[in-house]
Amino acid sequence: MLKKITTVAGVVLLSALTACGSGGGGGGTASSGGTITMGFAQVGAESGWRTANTKSIQDEAKAAGVDLKFSDAQQKQENQIKAIRSYIQQKVSVIAFSPVVETGWDTVLLEAKRANIPVILTDRSIDSDDTSLYKTFLGSDFVEEGRKAGDWLVANASGPTNVVELQGTTGAAPAIDRKKGFEEKIASKSDIKVVASQTGDFTRSGGKQVMEAFLKSQSKIDVVYAHNDDMGLGAIEAIKAAGKVPGKDIKIITVDAVKDGMTALANGEINFIVECNPLLGRQLMELTKKVVAGEEVPARVVTEEGTFTQEQAKAALPQRQY
Amino acid sequence: MKNRLLWPLLALVALLLLNLVVTPSFFSLRMQDGHLYGSLVDVLKNGAPTLLIALGMTLVIATRGIDLSVGAVAAIAGAVTCVHIGTSGDAGTAIAGMAIALVLCAVLGLWNGFLVAGLGIQPIIATLVLMTAGRGVAMLVTEGQIVTVNNTAYKQVGAGFVVLPTSILISLLVLALVAFVTRKTALGMLIEAVGVNPEASRLAGVRARTIIWTVYVFAAVCAGIAGLMISSNVSAADANNAGLWIEMDAILAVVIGGTSLAGGRYSLTGTLLGALIIQTLTTTVYTIGVAPEVTLVFKAVVVIAVCLVQAPKARAALSFRKVAVSS
Repeated sequence: MLKKITTVAGVVLLSALTACGSGGGGGGTASSGGTITMGFAQVGAESGWRTANTKSIQDEAKAAGVDLKFSDAQQKQENQIKAIRSYIQQKVSVIAFSPVVETGWDTVLLEAKRANIPVILTDRSIDSDDTSLYKTFLGSDFVEEGRKAGDWLVANASGPTNVVELQGTTGAAPAIDRKKGFEEKIASKSDIKVVASQTGDFTRSGGKQVMEAFLKSQSKIDVVYAHNDDMGLGAIEAIKAAGKVPGKDIKIITVDAVKDGMTALANGEINFIVECNPLLGRQLMELTKKVVAGEEVPARVVTEEGTFTQEQAKAALPQRQY
Repeated sequence: MKNRLLWPLLALVALLLLNLVVTPSFFSLRMQDGHLYGSLVDVLKNGAPTLLIALGMTLVIATRGIDLSVGAVAAIAGAVTCVHIGTSGDAGTAIAGMAIALVLCAVLGLWNGFLVAGLGIQPIIATLVLMTAGRGVAMLVTEGQIVTVNNTAYKQVGAGFVVLPTSILISLLVLALVAFVTRKTALGMLIEAVGVNPEASRLAGVRARTIIWTVYVFAAVCAGIAGLMISSNVSAADANNAGLWIEMDAILAVVIGGTSLAGGRYSLTGTLLGALIIQTLTTTVYTIGVAPEVTLVFKAVVVIAVCLVQAPKARAALSFRKVAVSS
């Protein structure tokens, strides 16, 4: 209920701002004052990862002296489109957003293009034939994340290794790509085999339930590859209940590196985490400055991401923000 | 009555046999750290929340109602408890947290009851309000984060064992209580009377409003306990995903069990069978390795088959053929 009220209030506020903007005769354009105004349409606040993403963008905008207009779409495309339209009317210098879904953006982005406002996509991409609709896409390379997980396993596996995979939500881009990248790398070693693969829907409960079933149906499991930390954390619970030691009897590889995952990694219950970095605020501000200054930017910018072993997790954990 | 339960029972047996053929170890049980360990135990443990919610749903449906808000209520219960526990490992804090959560769930049930019995809003609309808003409330409580707790007392509810999983023991206890209260007293008959014809039962002196109000509160409390199980099972409250779509599973369990959505007659044993079928189906998918892309189709086929054999027309066709064959 309260969320709804907030949305309504937000929309009202946005239209009020719009009214002021047009009343001022467009005098508030960024280039005239020297400061850059950015309109950012966020997906929502659906996970810890997303909250960290939002905070990073807000903090880095402040640090870079960018005037940020922020809106939360509550996971709805129509709210994002509304927000983008109001940014166009406010004549912001640049629009950035994480598209909720892949399709249906052509019309509103064309409006932005006609108004000469550059658009930057963050975190998620759009599916459109017209690549001139946006300047650049800043986000993670999910296939590369899968490859990093596969590389670690190839380097650390000895002898025949049976892997069970906990996939993300069926059909979601990160699930498809993380599976693809991982399979690409382990193909080089014939004694590493994925013996079972099921979706755990990116949730702890899902990961636990699937792992419980795997532990009974598979005679030998050496490694769990989970597409995110939460499913890995669920798998840890299942492995413990089976009387085995997670991280020793069964090795665990996950993707994301959120705080709970990092804690488990530092405690030795997870063996390796591939980072999926939500802190793309700084890179976004750098790109924004370049775009506003009219410099050429690459069409695809990959977020700076690392990997964590147990020792690195112990060192990194105290400063972990999310 | 017996005949109506025959088909769901056969469906359950068929599913279990399918597992036995594909995975011979499916029925094997062993003791692990002082509790039973095996696929069947998983079915019971993971099916416990669905069973509990389906029990509450059975009574609501018997009054010709429906409660869509149970999933959101489950999420709120987990969220409130985990936020209350925080970093504490103390059993007292866990119990206090659970008590607060369940009282809150009862209040949410009162709200549903108020909309349905007090204001006369159609149940599907009335409970839709809380279904949508409830998850938002749970998100507000957890501030959008997954709240992880480390509390052994709390863990007992959903992941603990007393030889059998604690969660299924709780669910079966509630089942026994409901069966006793509704079948050994007139309450069950009154609930059915309200479902068949609220106006007639009111004229006959049944306090229809109070009964409707009561079943919604009961359903919400059941959902609350189920939410505690779900959250305790992974020692975390995930406001976005805890109990997501569980209302659909619960309604399905009730329907598979032979209770009509039109209200009136209900079967608690049927609901128990329905909940077990749904969980066995999920565990089957994981155990025999149905590809994730076709999981939903596989589930749909089984559910359609179970519902078809229960439909009077389909059954009539089946028995007609049997007669034809025998003669």
